Amino acid sequence: MNKPKLVMVGNGMAGVRTLEALLALAPDAYDITVFGAEPHANYNRIMLSPVLAGEQTLPDIMLNEESWYAAHGITLHLGQPVVALDRGRRLVHTADGRSVPYDRLLLATGSSPFILPVPGNDLPGVVTFRDIADVQTMIDAAASHRHAVVIGGGLLGLEAANGLLARGMQVTVVHLGEWLLERQLDRTAANLLQQSLAAKGLRFLLQKQTAALVAGPDGRVAGVQFKDGESVPAQLVVMAVGIRPNDALAQASGLHCNRGVVVNDHLQTFDPRVYAVGECVSHRGVSYGLVAPLFDMAKVAANHLASLGIARYVPAATSTKLKVTGMDVFSAGDFMGGDGCEDITLSDPMAGIYKRLVIKDDKLVGACLFGDTADGAWYFRLIREQQPVHAIRDQLMLGEGAVGDTGHQGQNRAAGLPDEAEVCGCNGVCKGTIVKAIQEKGLFTVDDIKKHTKAASSCGSCSGLVEQILISCVGGAADVKPKSEKPVCGCSDMTHGQLRAAIREQHLTSLADTFRVLGWRSPDGCASCRPAVNYYLISTWPGEATDDPQARFINERVHANIQKDGTYSVIPRMWGGVTNPAELRRIADVADKYAIPMVKVTGGQRIDLLGVKKEDLPAVWRELDMPSGHAYGKSLRTVKTCVGSEFCRFGTQDSTQMGIDLEKDLFGMWSPAKVKLAVSGCPRNCAESGIKDVGIIGVDSGWELYIGGNGGIKTEVAAFFCKVKTHDEVMQYSGAFLQLYREEAFYLERTVHFLQRVGMDYIKQRVLDDAVGRRELYARLKFALSFEQDPWAERYAGGVAQHEFAPLTV
Amino acid sequence: MNNWKAVCRLADIPPQGARVLKRAGQVDIAVFRTIDDQAFALLDRCPHKGGPLSQGIVSGHRVACPLHNWHIDLATGQACAPDEGCSGHIPLTLQDGTVYLALD
Ligand code: SRM
Ligand SMILES: Cc1cc2nc3c(=O)[nH]c(=O)nc-3n(C[C@H](O)[C@H](O)[C@H](O)COP(=O)(O)OP(=O)(O)OC[C@H]3O[C@@H](n4cnc5c(N)ncnc54)[C@H](O)[C@@H]3O)c2cc1C
Ligand code: SF4
Ligand code: FES
Repeated sequence: MNKPKLVMVGNGMAGVRTLEALLALAPDAYDITVFGAEPHANYNRIMLSPVLAGEQTLPDIMLNEESWYAAHGITLHLGQPVVALDRGRRLVHTADGRSVPYDRLLLATGSSPFILPVPGNDLPGVVTFRDIADVQTMIDAAASHRHAVVIGGGLLGLEAANGLLARGMQVTVVHLGEWLLERQLDRTAANLLQQSLAAKGLRFLLQKQTAALVAGPDGRVAGVQFKDGESVPAQLVVMAVGIRPNDALAQASGLHCNRGVVVNDHLQTFDPRVYAVGECVSHRGVSYGLVAPLFDMAKVAANHLASLGIARYVPAATSTKLKVTGMDVFSAGDFMGGDGCEDITLSDPMAGIYKRLVIKDDKLVGACLFGDTADGAWYFRLIREQQPVHAIRDQLMLGEGAVGDTGHQGQNRAAGLPDEAEVCGCNGVCKGTIVKAIQEKGLFTVDDIKKHTKAASSCGSCSGLVEQILISCVGGAADVKPKSEKPVCGCSDMTHGQLRAAIREQHLTSLADTFRVLGWRSPDGCASCRPAVNYYLISTWPGEATDDPQARFINERVHANIQKDGTYSVIPRMWGGVTNPAELRRIADVADKYAIPMVKVTGGQRIDLLGVKKEDLPAVWRELDMPSGHAYGKSLRTVKTCVGSEFCRFGTQDSTQMGIDLEKDLFGMWSPAKVKLAVSGCPRNCAESGIKDVGIIGVDSGWELYIGGNGGIKTEVAAFFCKVKTHDEVMQYSGAFLQLYREEAFYLERTVHFLQRVGMDYIKQRVLDDAVGRRELYARLKFALSFEQDPWAERYAGGVAQHEFAPLTV
Repeated sequence: MNNWKAVCRLADIPPQGARVLKRAGQVDIAVFRTIDDQAFALLDRCPHKGGPLSQGIVSGHRVACPLHNWHIDLATGQACAPDEGCSGHIPLTLQDGTVYLALD
């Protein structure tokens, strides 16, 4: 029982998040002791604003109760500030004279509100807005006093003012600057905000400098006096004029500090035994005052404390939101603009809407929204993904929802939804349920919401709405990272991009090696990462990596689609949607012989046999004597065609034959997500080429190629890619694009999302501009496909995986 | 060893895989083999909506139901948090490479 001792100073959001991450990685690595100055266990500090406004209560916002610490064997000292560090002897000293030794020390002391150096700043009735004690003081004051003054018109000040107003006080906001939220908004937007807040009853004094706080006869503060001689009455003064990293303790112990405890990319201070996370930190000269970056720090620090040592903290753009009910303000990234930046603004004062987008070097770098913040998450993603925006520039202002999602009454705005509105149409989850879970369980990510409520966990079409609800509840603390920044799953911290690169660079060809070499936390991954890794292996090293059936979802393992009752559906391939009497006869015979309950024409121009018993599958395949339609796979699905020039009076090209040729050319192609093609013989486009991953339209002078269409959850119209003349060019250009997608897209990312992530310019550069590269891409595709054969024939002929189809009996 | 019945060899089940034991008039049983060559048996019926657990992806000592991705603990049959429910767990013993189930 001689575990190294980890002592944590400061029991706030960043510190405890680090402990949670550490316990997940290495539950038994340390004897952990925690000192917290506050008498409370860990709570959701950002929710103090709704608590002040009376919208939530203290028990609602607890994140980790004392029982949590006990359950993890953590010794917790509440109400016990640490007053000194003795780094030489590796001891911390507490206010009540205790000394506790450490092997590793984690500083997470947060920050302190700045107090204006004016006379009277220590009078009773003068508070800051930082912790539960402050909120309690304000609530008490509101019960017995009338006038409140909030000094500071930033996010925190306005949230405090809103809360006090809701508690019945008459509130004046005093602000030194020319307009409110000057770090988030420009003058126009701020004026709109000020008008709305004034309409709620708040008063404002701008460009006012506080000179002194004056006491009344009872010794309590009674008024605020300004430099210009004016004054206002106040029995409560809230100072919300900024925060300072809490580095006094570290500084006194001789640790290098510079407006915060200085740390490296591993969150290590200049003393290698001492780590620091949270607002107390200065990383590359920057301190943060929002939880999203602090949570990222927590992950990195935990990784190093667990001796894994593979994580690095990389700052990312942050976003903020004003958490005042009914008042939508959102900003992200560099919303101030400046040299070399362009602004696009939309201002509709009558409707109370203002949007400003800042673009630099053809990339969105900042966004500031007032009144309509529904697209905040989308802009935030664009800012973080940093891809060129000129192609979507004319739609930027309109927002992501310009084309509607299906399945929740076409809704794509969460703000106006009532609590009982159904957000997730697959699992029947209402907005109120999601809001409740976010508040009570302290959730910060869409993934957590999925786990706890099931919303967005099936088809995912409502993720955007769920994201918006999350942002409206927790503001900038919402962790709405794009997929490119998220770890693949809980088994590792690697993103999909890093994983793909590592598999290529380190020439990994088996799942076991990948998990071992890349430091997976579980010996055989999980149901999320295993299929992804398997796909990356076989697409990167065709012919070398062996496809692992146990890493495949059941449909791809048994090459049929599982149904709700455990039976399967069988969709044989009908090249280009063309069949013949012999095939139809065989289908009819099989359906009769195996008592198949339903025969249906699919939306993909072929025939589905539904309700086949698993043990009948090999026989059904043999007797159909048709190749697999791969209707179950992340693979080539159908190539839809129209009649084309052979029969149609408008046809300009033989689209049917082109479709058949493409389908045969791409047969057996595994891909990150399913791939569908269509070929139409003229611009009337009867095969619906405009909503396919690759859509081809015959015109008199050749063929037009469109890519990145999607007819499913969110209808996306394919984008024009190029025009070519010959049959062979259609094959080569389509194949090269699909190979690029196969090599570089993330698992489960459809072509439309791949296209949105990397940008059309990049794809054109790789496939159109670089003729050699295009031919090589196509050659690599053909090479990969040379290892594929019809999986059905393989199974009924070779008896592959008999264990799959033959049940045991006793 | 009164009601222990031999159902198969461990080698008949692929690692990280499962076999189905059909029983007339009774719910099927899923017999799992994990990466560390342990075996577990559960009723082949997910506590959520009855999905066949034998068809799921097995990782660690868990199986992910193929229908809606609930995770079920193989040793207990309990659904992993935040989901709730239990798929009946059948006592199993492994001797000299043979899998025995306690069936009545
Ligand atoms: C059989 C079929 C419906 C039908 O009876 O017509 C069908 C059935 C299923 N579709 Fe589909 N889709 C079928 C055509 C389509 C089409 C139309 C098309 O292909 O032209 C679309 C829209 C086009 C598109 O994909 O862009 C379509 C969009 C989806 C989606 C949404 C995909 C998206 O990215 O937005 C899903 C969900 C998914 O893949 O995650 C889906 C998923 C499913 C699954 C596989 C659900 C599942 O995972 O179990 C359904 C299997 C039912 C079953 O039990 O067998 N199906 N599905 C169609 C088979 C076509 C074929 O011959 O292969
Ligand atoms: C009212 C309010 C609203 C906010 N809203 C948002 C928002 O919408 N979005 C957002 O992203 N962020 C918001 N924030 C900021 C967010 O809460 C902080 O960024 C976050 O809590 C910082 O975490 P931390 O662990 O670094 O510090 P803290 O959570 O402050 O934790 C530090 C803890 O250490 C204790 N401590 C300090 N010194 C010692 C010592 N010597 N010994 C022992 N204990 C010590 C402190 O008492 C404190 O409990 C808000 C903050 C407030 C106050
Ligand atoms: S076939 Fe497609 S649309 Fe119909 S229920 Fe299944 S997934 Fe939904
Ligand atoms: S039936 Fe198993 S998760 Fe739904």
